[in-house]
Amino acid sequence: MALGFGGCVRFDGVQSALAPVSPEADHVFSLSWIMFWGSVAILVLVMVLGFYAVFGRRRPALDGNKMVIAGGVLLPLLALPPLLVYALALGDGLRAPPPEGALRIEVTGHQWWWEVRYRFPDAGDDFTTANEIHLPVGQAVEVLVTSNDVIHSFWVPRLAGKIDAMPGHANRLTLKAEEAGEFRGQCAEFCGAQHTHMAFVVVAKPQEAFEAWAAGQRKPARQPSSTEARRGLAAFLSQGCVECHTVRGTPASGRIGPDLTHVGSRRTLAAGTLDNNSATLAALIRDYQEFKPGADMPSHKDAFDQPTAESIAAYLEELQ
Amino acid sequence: MTVATHAEHHDGPPSSFFKRWFLSTNHKDIGSLYLLWALLMFFVGGTMAMIIRAELFQPGLQVVDPHFFNQMTTMHALVMIFGAVMPAFTGLANWMIPLQVGAPDMALPRLNNFSFWLLPAGSLILLSTMFMPGGAPASGWTMYPPLVLQTGMAFPFMVFAVHILGISSILGAINIIATVLNMRAPGMTLMKMPLFVWTWLITAFLLIATLPVLSGAVTMLLTDQFFGTTFFYAGGGGDPVMYQHIFWFFGHPEVYILILPAFGIVSTIIPTFSRKPLFGYSSMVYATASIAFLSFIVWAHHMFTVGMPLSGELFFMYATMLISVPTGVKVFNWVATMWKGSLTFETPMLFALAFVVLFTIGGFSGLMLAIAPADFQYHDTYFVVAHFHYVLVTGAVFSIMAAVYYWLPKWTGHMYNERLAKLHFWLSVISVNVLFFPQHFLGLAGMPRRIPDYSLQFAEWNMISSIGGFVYGASQLLFLAGVIICIRGGKKAPSKAWDGAKGLEWEVPSPAPFHTFDTPPLVK
Ligand code: HEC
Ligand SMILES: [Cu+2]
Repeated sequence: MALGFGGCVRFDGVQSALAPVSPEADHVFSLSWIMFWGSVAILVLVMVLGFYAVFGRRRPALDGNKMVIAGGVLLPLLALPPLLVYALALGDGLRAPPPEGALRIEVTGHQWWWEVRYRFPDAGDDFTTANEIHLPVGQAVEVLVTSNDVIHSFWVPRLAGKIDAMPGHANRLTLKAEEAGEFRGQCAEFCGAQHTHMAFVVVAKPQEAFEAWAAGQRKPARQPSSTEARRGLAAFLSQGCVECHTVRGTPASGRIGPDLTHVGSRRTLAAGTLDNNSATLAALIRDYQEFKPGADMPSHKDAFDQPTAESIAAYLEELQ
Repeated sequence: MTVATHAEHHDGPPSSFFKRWFLSTNHKDIGSLYLLWALLMFFVGGTMAMIIRAELFQPGLQVVDPHFFNQMTTMHALVMIFGAVMPAFTGLANWMIPLQVGAPDMALPRLNNFSFWLLPAGSLILLSTMFMPGGAPASGWTMYPPLVLQTGMAFPFMVFAVHILGISSILGAINIIATVLNMRAPGMTLMKMPLFVWTWLITAFLLIATLPVLSGAVTMLLTDQFFGTTFFYAGGGGDPVMYQHIFWFFGHPEVYILILPAFGIVSTIIPTFSRKPLFGYSSMVYATASIAFLSFIVWAHHMFTVGMPLSGELFFMYATMLISVPTGVKVFNWVATMWKGSLTFETPMLFALAFVVLFTIGGFSGLMLAIAPADFQYHDTYFVVAHFHYVLVTGAVFSIMAAVYYWLPKWTGHMYNERLAKLHFWLSVISVNVLFFPQHFLGLAGMPRRIPDYSLQFAEWNMISSIGGFVYGASQLLFLAGVIICIRGGKKAPSKAWDGAKGLEWEVPSPAPFHTFDTPPLVK
């Protein structure tokens, strides 16, 4: 693994293709280094040859034709087929259908957030969340990717290469995390003004923890427990949020924005851009456009005051 | 009237400024116009690049808002490709092809004037969109639907500009083909033509074959937007993937349009300063032709991630890899040319040598991108940005600078200032690597392209890259200064400015008189 520039490059990042945690990403990682060092070797060879051509003291007379044929024709023709074969074997594995009965996750790109639907063998177990994907460690999971508007691209570098989210297509990707941890994913296909703020988090955890999480997500939203949160729920229901957001267990069933049923349990807000805490939440509710101009979530600066935003935030925070 | 024009024709350039520069049918004046326009656009596009690098200097949003940033990335690409690099090559072709084949002018001089003037018209329409409500196009230069259909008022103007620039290039290409095929001096057979002429001839065919495809693609966008068609709209039975196939059927040959003339330039300069003929002339011609042919069957390597069947991936991977053969032949031919030569390192040679090394780096990263499973990781990241800037900046742009330094004595009659030019070269070659090499790491570390804001782990390399960018940008002012100084004066250039130079262009005086080869030279 320490083949590269380990010291001078932050390769350990949460989003780095050079810190693989899945067999697929690991294969591509080794392939990258093979190609990198292969390229370096050939480049150095050509440069040395060039330098020698220019500065060499006793350059022998050269059979140029032989050199051109050896370097220009034979070298690529010999070096590349093995690469092609390796790549093919790899490609086959990467796009292989997941095993029967694997967990299926449907991811839909929206400008500029990710809708995530979990599909279980029993449809009654399905649920929807956003901008955060939890996986059981060591299990292959099928991800079906599509888009609601423009083209996006679903990419979790540490787990696998990217696949485009195309309107009208459902592209498949198999994810398998070998290690528990949190990995950052990001939209890789340019999708407009806030493309830069369209990330998400993948959380890989042991099977039991995953199941506990899924059971929690399946439940409808809990009732507000404090007066503040109750005020927040009332405001949430009366301020038009319900047009766009769903909170299962309340009348809110909008489909334009992210499902908020368990928004309090999520690590980030606004599609992987901001840490989830009450201050940020209140600020976002008050004026989303300040943080993400152009997003489909309106600014509520003129609709209600800061205390109202805070009580809505208090309510949403409780939605663990 | 006829007598007057006739006299003027032989006396030299028309005395009126308007007549000389606006109504010109002279290949040298039109060549100069192309080159000057390209230089202007190079600085316009360069300014946009500086804005991009300034925003990326640090994580977070400091300098511009995301929408403006996206306009900058889109316009930077369109301006540099259609406004700077392509016109610069056309300018070189205008100036040099008639001189190199011993023709008195281009075959179709009036068409030449028209194709030039379409260029500022198209470029200005494109640039004017920056002042329209909603701003300039911000969908990326590839103009992928559905996103591009969200462009504001600029949308039809962008399509119109692409059409006009496309017509300009097609007409220019027709003219070049007509000139090369009909106007060669007696005795100059096709296989005696200088390699620059050969590469341009092939490029011209690529232009004619692909630009109409681009025009078709953007016209389909236009009708999708305004006339209710659904070519690319999934909800109406269309498919956005189809746009990408059509676009890249143009787009991949386009990148060879931007690089084949560069091969021709380097194949001219290396022999001159090695004082040896080009090694493997005919293999160079065939290699160029094979690259051109292959460029038509590799387009989908730009779209491995759209969800292609494995068999499709296999074909496009394989075809793409094949390109390394003719390219390898070229590189080794250049090395063989230098072998046992008596080399000197004037600025054109320095740029040409830097081209060989750095373009090869771009070739290797291209090869890495051609491997579909690896491309799933690299695609749409800074790795791609690094790759195509190695090919287009240290490739195409470096070759253009090499050509300018090489032929400036012929154009102006003066030698350029060698010390200034060397300073320009060394600053450029160092800073351009500081600018683009770290972008490989950024891509591998997970940074997508076209983002104004990025997470913290990308900060160091972005800052280094930006510093390289600023130095590179500033160094280009030295180029400007060098060119201006050379136009205004300097050591007189002999008709053969470089002692190792070969070719008809060095047999006419420097500066080349307004009319050359009124009687065709005889080529043995
Ligand atoms: C017009 C539709 C619309 C309305 C009305 C609306 N939202 Fe949103 N909301 C969205 C969209 C779309 C997003 C995702 C935007 C993005 O990040 O690109 C969003 C995002 C959010 C988020 C962040 C979710 C996450 O997972 O990051 C919160 C919290 C939120 N809205 C709360 C509210 C509240 C509270 C209200 C009412 C005061 C409200 N929204 C009204 C559409 C709407
Ligand atoms: Cu996106």
